Amino acid sequence: MGVVSRTWTWLATGSHWSGPDGVWHRLAEHLQLTVVCLALSCAIALPLAIVLGHTGRGGALAVNLSNAGRAVPTFAVLVLLTLGPLGTYDSWPTVIALVLFAIPPLLTNAYVGMREVDRDVVEAARGMGMSGRQVIGRVELPLAMPLVMTGVRSAAVQVVATVSIAAMVGGGGLGRIITAGFRLTDTPQVVAGALLVAVLALVVEAVFVVLERWLGRRNRHPLNPKVAEST
Amino acid sequence: MAGQGGNCLIDNDWICGEYVRTRSHELVDATVQHIGITLASVGIGLLIAFPLALAARRWRGVAGPVLGLTTVLYTIPSLAMFSLLVPVFGLSAAVVVTGLVLYSLTILVRNILAGLAAVPEEAREAARGMGYGPVRLLFGVELPLALPAVMAGVRIATVSTVSLTTVGALTGYGGLGNLIYEGLHSIFKAQVLTASVLCVLLAVVADVLLLGLQRLLTPWTRKPRARRGAGGAGTALSARDERKEAVV
Repeated sequence: MGVVSRTWTWLATGSHWSGPDGVWHRLAEHLQLTVVCLALSCAIALPLAIVLGHTGRGGALAVNLSNAGRAVPTFAVLVLLTLGPLGTYDSWPTVIALVLFAIPPLLTNAYVGMREVDRDVVEAARGMGMSGRQVIGRVELPLAMPLVMTGVRSAAVQVVATVSIAAMVGGGGLGRIITAGFRLTDTPQVVAGALLVAVLALVVEAVFVVLERWLGRRNRHPLNPKVAEST
Repeated sequence: MAGQGGNCLIDNDWICGEYVRTRSHELVDATVQHIGITLASVGIGLLIAFPLALAARRWRGVAGPVLGLTTVLYTIPSLAMFSLLVPVFGLSAAVVVTGLVLYSLTILVRNILAGLAAVPEEAREAARGMGYGPVRLLFGVELPLALPAVMAGVRIATVSTVSLTTVGALTGYGGLGNLIYEGLHSIFKAQVLTASVLCVLLAVVADVLLLGLQRLLTPWTRKPRARRGAGGAGTALSARDERKEAVV
């Protein structure tokens, strides 16, 4: 097929990888935005989810936020923020949209993880005289860790995907290669850019799966009844 | 401010009644395209997901690859998915519909499988004892009992599809997304906001309609909430689905 070989030629051309519009620079932008926004959204959502999960309050909010987030199109929010008063500040609209859309999976998973911790275990910890903080740090959080990590993985993949859409409103990242390809009606460039974005998303997913396994193995402790049971 | 004649169009206000009045045909056309793309995607998705789920249930060897492949497809960002399909279909609605079908498969196959797995073995035994063949067992007993889980999947798939259709604007087939994309380039705030709000409304209305349909189709789940079997399986599954957050 012509497209396959021409895409290969595009990818094999060194000049497409260097310079400000090159793959390396776009990849760096993509990763930078992903890391910054993921860290920001974790810093906002995880403490909130842990407190809500520990106290058992705000469950409806934590769970429904994901449903609400699904109904709101990322693309629309990106465009609205770009045309809004913040639009004049470079990458702010993108950062805000990314953080907004990364929060629901983080919050919901961490909250459910905290709530699913066996109440008997929590009661036992309280009975041993642990304070609220100790119960969170030593009992609830370690047991909720698998779901917290699932949330972080979902959020990471979500952020990678949203960064690529941000290219449609003029943001940086690998999506720019695709949108530029559309503008130039250069199909091989569109396909090459799409392949790069897809591979990046799959690599991010794989990295987090490996990280989860590693954390899971480290967490498997003889005194950790629930994790031991489920393995 | 907003309501006075055509002033809001000139002032480029976010909310503009004049815009809705003068461009109502554009809005209607875009909404119709949006609904069409969503219906086609979820419909075709269901048609493909059913045999896939049945095959995955029947043969263990099929289950792994089917679930693995749909998960991989789900991980691919929408922009990349649509772009990869452009050389296959050219710039057409088929690109957007195919991409959205592939996304919906992940949710639908999983929920159909989970729904079928939650059918109580006693119900199956009873049906077999009454002389039900495999086909009648599937359509007469298993599918109705799996319906709450299947419908939970259809709702999630539909809401995500409505929202993702907007990205199709890249190819010119994004329903309301087209208006949002145009509005971005012409800096037309009223058009962007109106189309965005309509898009969210569309998702909410679709969700409520599907919930109503589910209630209508499964009257036995309505009264006793604590009942085991289908009702219990459905609610448990939808709660579990919140965790498998959509990540497209």
